[in-house]
Amino acid sequence: MSKTLFDKVWDAHVVTSIKNGPQVLYIDKHLIHEVTSPQAFTELKTRNLPLFRPKQIIATADHNTPTKNQHLPVKDLLSRNQLAQLTSNCKENNIELYGLGHPNNGIVHVIAPELGITQPGMTLVCGDSHTSTHGAFGSIAFGIGTSQVAQVFASQCVLAEKPKSMRISIHGKLKKNVFPKDVILYIISKLGTNSGTGYFVEYAGDVFQNMSMEGRMTVCNMSIEMGARGGLIAPDSITYNYIKGRKFAPSGKDLEKKMTYWESLKTEEDATFDTEYSFNAKDISPMITFGTNPGMGIKISETIPKSKDKSFKNSLQYMDFKEGQSLLNTPINYVFIGSCTNSRIEDFRVAANFIKGKQKANNVTAWLVPGSQMVVKQLKEEGLDVVFEKAGFELRQPGCSACLAMNDDKIPSGAYCVSTSNRNFEGRQGPGSKTLLASPLTAASVAVAGKIVDISKFS
Amino acid sequence: MEKFTKLITTAIPLSIENIDTDQIIPARFLKATSKEGFGKNLFRDWRFDQNNNPKEDFILNNSNYKGQILIAGTNFGCGSSREHAAWAIADYGFKVVISSFFADIFKGNALNNGILPIQISENFLQILLKTTLSNPNSLILIDLKEQTVLLEETGQFEKFEINSYKKHCLLNGFDDIDYLVSIKDKIEVFENKRLVK
Repeated sequence: MSKTLFDKVWDAHVVTSIKNGPQVLYIDKHLIHEVTSPQAFTELKTRNLPLFRPKQIIATADHNTPTKNQHLPVKDLLSRNQLAQLTSNCKENNIELYGLGHPNNGIVHVIAPELGITQPGMTLVCGDSHTSTHGAFGSIAFGIGTSQVAQVFASQCVLAEKPKSMRISIHGKLKKNVFPKDVILYIISKLGTNSGTGYFVEYAGDVFQNMSMEGRMTVCNMSIEMGARGGLIAPDSITYNYIKGRKFAPSGKDLEKKMTYWESLKTEEDATFDTEYSFNAKDISPMITFGTNPGMGIKISETIPKSKDKSFKNSLQYMDFKEGQSLLNTPINYVFIGSCTNSRIEDFRVAANFIKGKQKANNVTAWLVPGSQMVVKQLKEEGLDVVFEKAGFELRQPGCSACLAMNDDKIPSGAYCVSTSNRNFEGRQGPGSKTLLASPLTAASVAVAGKIVDISKFS
Repeated sequence: MEKFTKLITTAIPLSIENIDTDQIIPARFLKATSKEGFGKNLFRDWRFDQNNNPKEDFILNNSNYKGQILIAGTNFGCGSSREHAAWAIADYGFKVVISSFFADIFKGNALNNGILPIQISENFLQILLKTTLSNPNSLILIDLKEQTVLLEETGQFEKFEINSYKKHCLLNGFDDIDYLVSIKDKIEVFENKRLVK
């Protein structure tokens, strides 16, 4: 039978299958961070089990770290303890750790690709649902719970049932001011937040083929927001050019050998999918969410739809919006550009390009939180920090920050935040906070205007 | 892991759809480094106001409703992969969550902690929600071996799916790590084969 890209990578990693049960899937790279790993290390200790393959694990501190004064001891005692445990666990088990202040430190899903750790055809897991990001390289990458983190520690494998396959194709050329974030918000708004549950998604068509790696990562990152464990895109010359020359990327003979494998990673023409969807690029406009799940999105210029659904009504009540209302001109007091969805260099270039020569509105607090130390270095080299500073934006140090508000970067109760992150759940950015998801360009335009504006109208 | 065979208990109906793991346990409580004690913050921002006073209209604060089963609206456990959500549910005292649809990662996390996620039809879910809401003393019987959920009051029941491996694990109190460690030789053979390729 003809194979999909997903089949090829999955089947190459099956160690064995349990009769009428899951398969044992071998994991090439295991990424860990301070929040979902401590209990897994304890589990191993309790069972007196050794860590099986420490060289295949990379650790970073990102979820629970401050974005200011990272050179000072972390003020929050619980956070400091969690970070200290990560450090001692990594040391005891010979795991490479990129802790606070390390030049390779940053959000786990930003650093692994930029260091060349993420490569096509790999299996990759992390105790974080946005691990789906790495699928942008044509790898199988998915989030796992802490029990599974312990399983991978002990055996470098997970038990998993092979998911169903879905293909989402988008053809045509994206309109001006439409970004990868708008594409994925559009898809989720059309298909719903549980449409992908039980599936792995392949994104296909010229919209994705013409997308940069940063853009592909944004799309794959939010696969989980439609319930899919992961999403992937076939590797091509854009992928290879991104990887080549990075710190842990293969080179010379090794690269040649790998390239042969990578180039085989395409869905065969007559392969079939359990479910297929197709959209037209011309139908996609800049998007924004109005509710409390990522599927509740509209074109910025549209009005909020009507629904009899109780959860829908509760969601609008939480957001303090009404059916039929336009979001345009809604005053916004917080803007957050960051998170594993949109904190890469390209995202800051887009924002800076718009902001240059303008001023942030007085009513807005705007936090820019780069995804990694490398992004910080790069944006400084390009002089973007000066653009942001002149415009009144606050450039912070890397981390997950206000995406999940585990640290002090919280949006106050009742306040709206236009955010480039991935989740607009109730209280996600702090108790009582109201999140509107959008692209970095939309977020930048809101910060300058102090209210929601229709970015599709800007030249 | 504790064995799970049968359960007869009252249930708490939570008629809300798309309950994400941020609601089950907000991120600010994920700073702990052990699995214990998350129950007190289960559904924290729905249970308590900003001054930490219980919100009277939230069902977990209504002493009429007790039990080891949580019944919730469709797409339960979506969002973040945090296993802390499963730990919070277990720590609060629930052994079973019933819904008409579960998010993948939550389902796996629940099973790995001895909590049985039971997926039933939307129709039966609405019956269970309605019955347990109007009569908090309604008993629900879960039989894992037979894969049935029975509402004692009316005798209505439904069969549920679970893969035979996971069923075997729960019935016997085994977990995945035991199995994976037992096949380490096979895993090493697999690694060596790939090196040669």
